[in-house]
Amino acid sequence: MNRRPLRKFKNGAFLVLSSIATLMGLACLAAILWTLLSHGLAGMSWHLFTEMTPPPGAQGGLLNALYGSAAMTVLGILIGSPIGVLAGTYLAEYGKKSRLSTVIRFINDVLLSAPSIVIGLFIYEIVVVHMGHFSAISGALALAVLAIPVILRTTEDMLNLVPVGMKDSSAALGAYPWRTTLSVLYPAARSGIVTGLLLAIARISGETAPLLFTALNNQFWSTDLNAPIANLPVVIFQFALSPYKDWQDLAWAGALIITVTILILSISARVLLALLQSGRGAGR
Amino acid sequence: MMPSAKPPKHLKLRLPYPVAAATSQDLGPPKIETRALDFFYGDVRSLHDINMSLADRSITAFIGPSGCGKSTLLRVLNRMYALYPRQRAAGEVLIGGRDILSASVDVAELRYRVGMVFQKPTPFPMSVFDNVAFGLRLVGGIHGAELKMRVESALRDAAIWEEIKDKLHADGRSLSGGQQQRLCIARAIAVQPEVLLLDEPTAALDPISTLRIEETLQALREKYCIVMVTHNLQQAARVSNVTGFMFMGELVEIGPSNEFFTSPKSRKTDDYITGRFG
Repeated sequence: MNRRPLRKFKNGAFLVLSSIATLMGLACLAAILWTLLSHGLAGMSWHLFTEMTPPPGAQGGLLNALYGSAAMTVLGILIGSPIGVLAGTYLAEYGKKSRLSTVIRFINDVLLSAPSIVIGLFIYEIVVVHMGHFSAISGALALAVLAIPVILRTTEDMLNLVPVGMKDSSAALGAYPWRTTLSVLYPAARSGIVTGLLLAIARISGETAPLLFTALNNQFWSTDLNAPIANLPVVIFQFALSPYKDWQDLAWAGALIITVTILILSISARVLLALLQSGRGAGR
Repeated sequence: MMPSAKPPKHLKLRLPYPVAAATSQDLGPPKIETRALDFFYGDVRSLHDINMSLADRSITAFIGPSGCGKSTLLRVLNRMYALYPRQRAAGEVLIGGRDILSASVDVAELRYRVGMVFQKPTPFPMSVFDNVAFGLRLVGGIHGAELKMRVESALRDAAIWEEIKDKLHADGRSLSGGQQQRLCIARAIAVQPEVLLLDEPTAALDPISTLRIEETLQALREKYCIVMVTHNLQQAARVSNVTGFMFMGELVEIGPSNEFFTSPKSRKTDDYITGRFG
């Protein structure tokens, strides 16, 4: 019995099916980007970066929202990165096999995939309720909680990639573990850790849900960290759902800005990682 | 002392550099002494009652089949094993007359006095200069011109100065494998340790780089007590004053290299160096 034609047919069918699936995925992505570009580019102008969010019917921009997003992202990373990096260092260098580390790793994995709205509610419950009002600082805290698991995980992974010999050599020169970590391991894993930070920024800069309950939104310019602050995701959320054409256009432009920012961050992270790997290849 | 037997055929080599013929009389007072040294990985005993004394300003090479305990012995001498859980040593190890296994010894200070070079070159992610200055900066108190001078003399002693004196600010990882290993030797001797340990320092290198390292070791012998582990019998014969043969965690035989290779006292040593096992 000759089974070759059947096997060839099966192979062909499989190839066709997987190609169709790939095309469908890519087509969705292209459609999203195309819609975003066609609507967003129409709304692009300098006013976006010089004027505040307008009342309905008036002309305006997104300056306060851009500032608010940037401020909360920076603050969130400033709060989250020391915790994430130090905890990752603990897991990789000090408590490698301890029971505590196993628990921390498990909880971190849960946090990594926790719905962001839950984190928003958590910060609302423990910060906003006690402060009595929405504020930029509580928004930043919610973003920090989102950033920590990403930073922790990448830091641990990148430190584990540093050759053991390097650590031993440092110890063999009489360096204490903290000195080895600061002077040898961090520099060796630097681009990897920076990649983790970039990925964390990309992760938190588009989040809407955690900000709804924490930073809320603000129609006006505000730099007060103790008061509600405007931010891109929530502005997009409100404006896109509004019946006003001007607001909808601003929402599209804002969506485009966020997407491009995240794209740039992700690409830089990948380039950095590639550089890191090629550097390691050249080192051997 | 004349060799009492013909050397095995494969050890007849043309050496590219002169080797000082060492006998037991040439060697000075002991720098390292071990007494009843045992070592345990968890419950497994991997060194059995090691007793030896190694002279200063000499090269001692340990040979033996894989797993015989020679690297373990090396890692006891600077207490590297203490970095890993469930490993412990018992007995006495005297370096310069002090028992380094005693609980009162500060391991960081011990490792400062006992330098180590590993099988794989491990340059740190920093410039050539900073690599060599690393140990000196750990101690502190050495700056500016003095630091530069110490770095230069370490690189000269490691026979790499001429090749990289214009590349001091290049990343240490950009050097070739052989240069990296000599950089690691320079880094280890920059702090002027009393003892230099080398764990198969040329196992990852090509023959020409190996030759360079061996020449470097010949020069360093004048200043340091060098203890090395090697899988390469010819290397042990070429480089060392004293050779020790280890088997199953025991030190079977140790003695001046020319006697060791030409008229070994133990049958096991003879079998090993003539290639009958291992």
